[in-house]
Amino acid sequence: MYDGGKIIAGIIIFLAFALFPFYSNIGKADIKPPKPSLDTPVIKALKVKKCVEPEQYMRESHMQLLIKWRDSALRHAKRVYVNSNGEEYVISLQKTCLRCHSNRSEFCDRCHKYADVDPYCWDCHFSKAKQEEQR
Amino acid sequence: MGALLSFGAVVVLLLIPAIGAGALKLHSLFGVVIPYLAVIVFLVGLINRVIGWGKVPVPFKIPTTCGQQKSLPWIKHSRLESPATGGEVFLRMVLEVLFFRSLFRNLRTEKAPGDRVVYGSSKWLWVAGLAFHYSFLIVFLRHLRFFKQPTPKIIGIIESFDGFLQIGSPHLLVTGLVLFGAVFYLFLRRIFVPQVRYISLPADYFPLFLIMAIAGTGMLMRYFLRVDIIKVKELTMGLATFHPKVPEGISVIFYIHLFLVSTLFAYFPFSKMVHLGGVFLSPTRNLANNTRMVHHPNPWNYPVKVHTYEEYEEEFRDKMIAAGIPVEKQPEPREEEQPTEESEGKE
Repeated sequence: MYDGGKIIAGIIIFLAFALFPFYSNIGKADIKPPKPSLDTPVIKALKVKKCVEPEQYMRESHMQLLIKWRDSALRHAKRVYVNSNGEEYVISLQKTCLRCHSNRSEFCDRCHKYADVDPYCWDCHFSKAKQEEQR
Repeated sequence: MGALLSFGAVVVLLLIPAIGAGALKLHSLFGVVIPYLAVIVFLVGLINRVIGWGKVPVPFKIPTTCGQQKSLPWIKHSRLESPATGGEVFLRMVLEVLFFRSLFRNLRTEKAPGDRVVYGSSKWLWVAGLAFHYSFLIVFLRHLRFFKQPTPKIIGIIESFDGFLQIGSPHLLVTGLVLFGAVFYLFLRRIFVPQVRYISLPADYFPLFLIMAIAGTGMLMRYFLRVDIIKVKELTMGLATFHPKVPEGISVIFYIHLFLVSTLFAYFPFSKMVHLGGVFLSPTRNLANNTRMVHHPNPWNYPVKVHTYEEYEEEFRDKMIAAGIPVEKQPEPREEEQPTEESEGKE
């Protein structure tokens, strides 16, 4: 091989980048996916434990529902949401979502941290933890 | 024709996982086996190509130049266009690799009235090329969030810049759109510029359609047909830690996206996209134009049998002296020969 030293050096640099996800994760096979906690007083007191939409939909698309709610409440002043079963809910992050899911750090943050998502909900809305912090 | 063929190929590639993972539920095949195979083919194939190029002898210095070669001290030397040293070559390569300097020279050729050929500046290829490559790089880096836990901070910073418009939820990421738009422009260019269409082959269209499909399914998954991102990361982290697992309930659009990306990886070393490695090994770019200063031996020259003058004289010295031919090295001085030589010298 001609200029073998330079070419091998280049290949090694390339491999260092290309294999980064593999060698940097050695010994981290025990990382478990997060389990958002439903352990809040309000949820415990519920007879039928269900969210405004089915679980699968909420897992996949809650952020789209939230933005839809924001537009509906703030831009169209419509505060009633009719879900896929025809049930009505008040459109309000504080009064509907966070009433049950009052445990932000065990519910919202667990998955958001895992998936490296940094939603800006909390720039305006208060979570209970933050409210207590501010007192 | 080439475009239709490539488009059909990509449609087939979309259908394979749609049927395989969607209808037949072969989730571990499409989620684990094929991605691993694709990465192996990519790495082995690319290194093999690069080493193959490294073994090819370059008989001449063949840098393409378009500036004054280093010459006499009062003639201005164009350092970047005709580099003479390793350092200048390095600078030229940096500008080529990072800023696609040779695409900047792209010209438009048109016929003016009276059948004259005229050339004009055409920077769109360069602009679209830059937009495409850099947005693809950022999209690629952003995906590291699926393969690291916790994700490096820099990835989050990149993503927050990428989503700075804060449109919708999840945030619209600009690079995804730019990537799709730039590839679409590069495709339109092949269709609408007659000279480019004439030289376009299926192998030119196929990567464009494939990348369009990858960007398209990616955006579809982010903005419209949502998937459970936590389960997706469970799968990808399994791949990265070599403990693969296939969580239930990931929708088929994810497997389609993953299969298309696997196709891109596996196809990479055998396609034009291998310029990822090739750009560094192009002798027209990475050689210095210093032929007046440094001898470039042709590596495939076989050893030539030479008979130097010294050896010739050694062989025939006696005869040369006898014939009166001057010799460079005098024979071993003998007592009686001394005066003859001196007299010859005087003559």
